[in-house]
Amino acid sequence: MSAGPPKIRIRGLVKSFGEKKVLDGIDLDIMQGTSLVVIGGSGSGKSVLVKCILNLLTPDAGTIEIDGENVLALPPRARRAVYAKVGMLFQNGALFDSLPVWENVAFGLLARHRVTRGEARLRAGEILAQVGLGPEVSRLFPAELSGGMQKRVALARAIAARPEMLFFDEPTTGLDPILGAVIDGLIVDCVKRLGSTALAITHDMSSAQHIGDEAAMLFEGRIVWRGPATSLLASGNPVVDQFTHGRREGPIKMELCGGM
Amino acid sequence: MTSLAAALAGIGRPVLTLCRTAGRVALFAVSGLSHLIRPPFHLRMFLRALVEMAYFSLPVVALTAIFTGMVLALQSYTGFARFSAQGAVASVVVLSVTRELGPVLAGLMVAGRVGAAMAAEIGTMRVTDQIDALATLSTDPMKYLVAPRLLGGILALPMLVVVADILGVLGGFIVSTTSLGFNPAAYLHSTFTYLETIDVVSGLVKAAVFGFLIALMGCYNGYMTRGGAEGVGAATTAAVVSASILILAFDYVLTGLFFSQ
Repeated sequence: MSAGPPKIRIRGLVKSFGEKKVLDGIDLDIMQGTSLVVIGGSGSGKSVLVKCILNLLTPDAGTIEIDGENVLALPPRARRAVYAKVGMLFQNGALFDSLPVWENVAFGLLARHRVTRGEARLRAGEILAQVGLGPEVSRLFPAELSGGMQKRVALARAIAARPEMLFFDEPTTGLDPILGAVIDGLIVDCVKRLGSTALAITHDMSSAQHIGDEAAMLFEGRIVWRGPATSLLASGNPVVDQFTHGRREGPIKMELCGGM
Repeated sequence: MTSLAAALAGIGRPVLTLCRTAGRVALFAVSGLSHLIRPPFHLRMFLRALVEMAYFSLPVVALTAIFTGMVLALQSYTGFARFSAQGAVASVVVLSVTRELGPVLAGLMVAGRVGAAMAAEIGTMRVTDQIDALATLSTDPMKYLVAPRLLGGILALPMLVVVADILGVLGGFIVSTTSLGFNPAAYLHSTFTYLETIDVVSGLVKAAVFGFLIALMGCYNGYMTRGGAEGVGAATTAAVVSASILILAFDYVLTGLFFSQ
């Protein structure tokens, strides 16, 4: 961990869709080399938060500083340079269906580093090995892979360019508990090996405790609690307690159809 | 007064929506075209789009063209027989095919085949986060997905129309010489006597415009897809319908530009 300035610093982040304010003044710091897990219910704005940080959505207000620079105020070329240091694992993998596995993994290398296709293919094989996939997989297409293998390929693609920052959107959703633990282990290994700063969003408590150094709870558009990931199940915060223990009664009111 | 305001609002709302959509499509087109002149260029994606639009559309365009030429010869022969003007069949076939039917029918066929596929592919990429993934991999989706398809459309349709022109005339020739009793040499002489360069060139220019419109509507509707499978289906339908209408509208405009005195 580092005691220097935060790698990512977010202040007053606001994002609305029509009348619905999804993010309502988020303040968040992520220190260099640490892993932060943001938890929250479905529709609480976790994915919106990550998409705002990654410049996939434009916030209505607030600042997002990466390495001390407000990326929202940067010209496009400088902004692209900042985001070249980022890797992202999407919830459903988001692998390119029309490309074989090796080309998916090497896509960022080909786009950013101008390596030849031969070099990229070799490098893709090495990275696939790091996530436990053999060379026979590299020629397959994403549709030919199981869910767990797709997740591994997506992780390989995210780490291929050795990014300084890694983002994970629900990395274990849709996987069985054993495979989920395997993916969590791979994520921790990759983050440690690369020395990256990581932000993961999840509602899987086991995954959150495994991946994160710290955890934060997003509720009603704001961060309502932040603490060590190991203390998630005993946070003392009523919102976090209700969420982590899956209680029906508490400050989180679920909107059910039919007014139930 | 209230009912009048409601009626006016009922007219105004769709007009405003139409204007807003037209503006978005125009900005999308400008953005896509601007990437054609700014590196990096995705040659592989361009070649893929060209092969998909030109090569794989060849059978459907060829069959459409040859049958259209055949029908045109039969119809014009029976129609002109009333005025003893059967000798004009060859020139009617060649002018109709090169000026109008070649580009328009090829455009409509490709809109149905390729425009729909483009919207479905890009729409699926949108709803499965693949377009966002491109952005996180230092790749501008407009440059990677849209610009190569626009250029592919602009170049593919004229190639198809050259084939459609030849096969359309051939269809008319086959019917005229085998069923209608025309002398082959006289038919060909009549065909080339009345054909001028502008007839072919205007058809090729129309084809380039139609190819651009097909790719534009396919890409735009795919790119703007929201929701899941239903959204992709709606985008596919919208791509084909909007491209078909634009082809017919621009056909009128371009015909006016080329041939009005």
